[in-house]
Amino acid sequence: MTASGKVRMTTDPAKVEGPGDLQAGLQTLAGRLAPGGRIKDLRRLTAGATQEVWRFELIEGAAETSLILRRAPGGTRVSETAIGLEVEALLLEAAGAKGVPVPAVRHVLTPDDGLGHGFIMSFVEGETLGGRIVRSEALAPARTFLARQCGEVLARVHTMEPNDFPMLRRLTPAELIAQYHEVYRVSAWPRPVFDLAFRWLHAHCPPAPERMRLVHGDFRNGNLMIGPDGVRAVLDWEIAHVGDPMEDLGWICTNAWRFGMVDLPVGGFGQREDLWAGYEAAGGAPVQRDHAHWWEVYGSMRWGVMCAGMTASFRGADPSVERAVIARRTSENEIDLLRLLAA
Amino acid sequence: MQDQPTPSEVIGAVAQFLKTVVAAETTGATSFQARVAANALEMMRRQLDLAPAEDAKELERLKTLLGADGTLLDLNAELARRIEAGTLDLNTPGLTDHLWDTTLAKLAVDQPTYAAYRATLAKRAPPEPPKET
Repeated sequence: MTASGKVRMTTDPAKVEGPGDLQAGLQTLAGRLAPGGRIKDLRRLTAGATQEVWRFELIEGAAETSLILRRAPGGTRVSETAIGLEVEALLLEAAGAKGVPVPAVRHVLTPDDGLGHGFIMSFVEGETLGGRIVRSEALAPARTFLARQCGEVLARVHTMEPNDFPMLRRLTPAELIAQYHEVYRVSAWPRPVFDLAFRWLHAHCPPAPERMRLVHGDFRNGNLMIGPDGVRAVLDWEIAHVGDPMEDLGWICTNAWRFGMVDLPVGGFGQREDLWAGYEAAGGAPVQRDHAHWWEVYGSMRWGVMCAGMTASFRGADPSVERAVIARRTSENEIDLLRLLAA
Repeated sequence: MQDQPTPSEVIGAVAQFLKTVVAAETTGATSFQARVAANALEMMRRQLDLAPAEDAKELERLKTLLGADGTLLDLNAELARRIEAGTLDLNTPGLTDHLWDTTLAKLAVDQPTYAAYRATLAKRAPPEPPKET
C-alpha cells in the first residue's frame, strides 16, 4: 500500500504470470540455490495489492528448508510509489547487519530467472496476526516484555545508515503532514474531524530532527513475527524512508494497531514507558514525550487518510468488498482522533 | 409505495445466508470473503435503519453552528472550511459535542464493536440510579 492508499501499477515488458510458470521458474532456480536442489509445496500466502507472498520448501539432499518468495503482483506489476523489492531486500540485509531480527535474504530475482521482480528469504515461524498476538495464551509471557523489546529493536533500526539508501524519500514531519493534507484535500469529501486534526498537527509540528534517520515506516503489530521469545522478525519494509525516528515509536502506539486492547497503547500489548525505556537503554535518542504524542495523533490521521483513500481504489482498480469495507474504517480513526484531541 | 419486506429485512436475510451457509460450507479465501460480504451487508442494513434520523439531527446541529442553510454535504464542507481556517475551534460552543455526536453516529453504522467506540459509550452512559436501601 502506498501513502495515499492508492495503488498505481505499471506493467513492464517481461510477461510473467500464473503459478504454473512460477513453479517451473522456481524449480530451475532451486538448482542454483542449492546443488541438486528442488522445490515442493508451492502455495500462496497472501495476495496483497502491491505484493504477492508465496511459501515453498527447498529440498537439499535430506534437508528441507521453508522459504518465502515476495514478488511484485504477477511478477511484473510494480507500484510506482513503493520502494521496490530489490531495495527492500537490501534493507533486510542492512537491518540484519545491525542486529535487527529479520528474515535472511537467500536470493534477489534477476531478469535471467524469468520470475519478475522479487526476492527469496528464509521462512520465520511465528504469529503475525495482531488479534492473536494480543490475546493468545501462548504469547502471554512474551507480552510482558514485548513493548520494551520493540523499543530495543527500533533503536537498532535507527542506527542503519540513511546515506546507504539514497533512493529512499527524505521527509521532515512538516513535509509528511503537508503530503497527507493534500491527499485529504483531493479526496474532496469533507471530514471536519480531519480538519481539526490537521490544524492541531500543523500547529504542534515538531521541527525537522537534528539527525534524519532511516525509518521503517510501518513498524506495528501486524508486521512483526512474534513467538514466545518475543520479536523474531521485522517484516514489510516497503514504505521505509528517511525522517524523524520518533515516527516509528508513535506508529506502533496508534490505536488502529491495538486490536481492541485500547488500554495497552503499544500494539495492544504494552505501555509506552516500557517502549521508550527499551529504546533509550539500547542507545536510541531520548524520547520527548510531547513529540511522541504528536506522532500518535499523526498515526491516526495517517491511517484515516489511507482508509479514506480506499474509496477511490474501490471505484477504480480494486472494486472488491474488502476494499469497500476498509474505506468504511475511516470513522474508526475519527473517533481515535477525537479521543486524542477532544476528550 | 413499495412493497414489503423492507430492504433492511432482505439485506439482513442475505447477510445471514452468506454467513451461515456460504461461509460455513466453503473454505479459505472464499469463506473469508463471504464473511466480509456478510459484514458489509450488515453495515448497509444499519445505515438504512439508523442514518435517516441521525442525518436529520446532524443537519439541524450544523444549521445552528454555522448559521447557514444547505444540504448535509454543503454544510459539512463549510464546517470543514471554517475549522481549517481556524474561525471555529474546540472553544466554539457546541462544536465539540457536534463532532462527538456525528462521529458516534458514524461508528454505530460502520463499526459498532470497535473497542474505542464501546469505551466511549460506556464513559458517556448516564450513571446507574442509586439503589434504594
